Amino acid sequence: MKPASFEYVTAESWDAAAASLAEHGDDALILAGGQSLVPVMNFRLAQPAVLVDVNVIPDSAYLQIDGDSLRIGALTRHVRFEAPGIDGPLGRLLPRIAHHIAHLPIRMRGTFGGSLAHADPASEWCTLARTLDAVMIAQSVTGERRIAAADFFHSALATDLADDEVLREVELPALGPDWRCGFAEFNRRAGDFAIVQSVAVIELHEGQIVSARIGVGGATETPQRSGAAEKALLGGAPTSELFAEAAGAAADAIEDFLTDQQANADLRRDLVRVMVLRALEDAVSAG
Amino acid sequence: MTRIQLNVNETIHDVEVEPRHSLVDTLREGCGLTGSHIGCEHGVCGACTVLVDDQPVRGCLMFAVQADGKDIRTVEGLDDDGAFNALQQAFHEHHALQCGFCTPGMLMLATWIVERGLPVDDNELREIMASNLCRCTGYRNILRAVRAVLDASGQDGAGA
Repeated sequence: MKPASFEYVTAESWDAAAASLAEHGDDALILAGGQSLVPVMNFRLAQPAVLVDVNVIPDSAYLQIDGDSLRIGALTRHVRFEAPGIDGPLGRLLPRIAHHIAHLPIRMRGTFGGSLAHADPASEWCTLARTLDAVMIAQSVTGERRIAAADFFHSALATDLADDEVLREVELPALGPDWRCGFAEFNRRAGDFAIVQSVAVIELHEGQIVSARIGVGGATETPQRSGAAEKALLGGAPTSELFAEAAGAAADAIEDFLTDQQANADLRRDLVRVMVLRALEDAVSAG
Repeated sequence: MTRIQLNVNETIHDVEVEPRHSLVDTLREGCGLTGSHIGCEHGVCGACTVLVDDQPVRGCLMFAVQADGKDIRTVEGLDDDGAFNALQQAFHEHHALQCGFCTPGMLMLATWIVERGLPVDDNELREIMASNLCRCTGYRNILRAVRAVLDASGQDGAGA
C-alpha cells in the first residue's frame, strides 16, 4: 500500500511539463490533484518512474466564458464548480454535477483536467464532456492539439493523449437560455463511484425539443451519447411519456455493458433507463 | 532523498524524505507525530485527514514533497495549553469516539468546518462529515458533538 519509488519533478509551466514528458516518455505521469492517481500508485497499479507535478503552474485554474465557449483550466478543482459564477443553464448544471463527486476534501484537491485524463468510466466530468462534445486541448513540445470528446475516450482509463501530451484546457459549449440541463446518478453509498449516471441536455423552442444530447456514464467502458434517445426526443414535447420512451430507447441500445461485483448487465441496463429518465426530469424541473 | 521543511503546528520540522513518502507517513515517522492515523491508504476512510494551509487534505494522497514549506495542522496541535479545546471537549461529552481510530481525522475535518465560520445545517454537516469513516458506527454522536460546537459559535444553520 505504499507507492514504488519515483523521481519527483515540479513543472512551473505547461511548457516545462510538456518538456518533462518529452524527455521521459511513457515513464512519466502528470500529477494533478492526485485523488485518483495516488490511490492507483499506492496499489502499485501504476509505477511511473517520473512524476511531473503541475500543481504550481500559475493561472491554470479558471472558468472563463469566451464567446460561445466555456474555457476550463485543467487544474480547476472540483469544488470550484459548486459555485461556478456562470449564468445560464450550464452554470446551473455544473454545481449539481460537482456535488456528486466523492467527498468535499477530495473535491477540494481533485481537478477537472485530472478527471478527464484519468478517464474512469464512472467520472461525472467525462460523461459531461462526452455529452456536450467538449474539446480537449493537449500540449506537447511540438505544439497544441485539439481533441474532440468523441475521439478522446478510448476505453476505461485510456485516452487519446499521447505519452508526451499534457491536458491543459477543456472547452465546453456555453449553452444559451433555451437549453435545459439535467443530471442523475446512482451509487450505493454517498460519495462513492457512480454505477450509472446520465447527463440530459435539451433545447426547447415553442414547447418542442429541437436539439437533444443524452449522455450515459458508468454503464460502459467509456461515456457514450445515446443516439437512440436523442432521436426519440427530437420534435416532441417534453412530457413524461416521451421521456420514458427515450430512456427506454437509451437502455435498449447499449450492448457492451460493464459488469462487476456492483452490478451486472441487467441491473446496469435498468439503471440507464431510470437515470436517463431522472436526468430528463431534472432538466425540465431544475435545468 | 530530498530535504523538506514542514511547519507542523507552528513548529518547523526539517525532514529527509523520498518522493514516494506520503505526508501522513512523514508526519508519523519523520516528525514523530503519530496522532494522525493511517487507515486505507487510498483516500476512502479519511483517518489521515490533516489541514494543509487550513484546508482538509487526505494525508495519504499527498506526497510530503508537495507539502514542502506549507503550514500543516494535526490533532496534536488542537489542545488549549494541555486542556481539551471546545471540539475535543464536545467529543468527550457526547461520547463521539469509541476505539478512537477515526477521531484525529474527524477532529481535523470538524476543525475546518468550525473555523470556516459559515452556518451549517444538519444536512450539510452530515454530508461533510460523511467524508470520513467510523467503524464503531459512532456517527450520530460525532454529529452531535460537532453540532454542539457549531451551535455554541453561532453557526446553527438557521439562516442557511
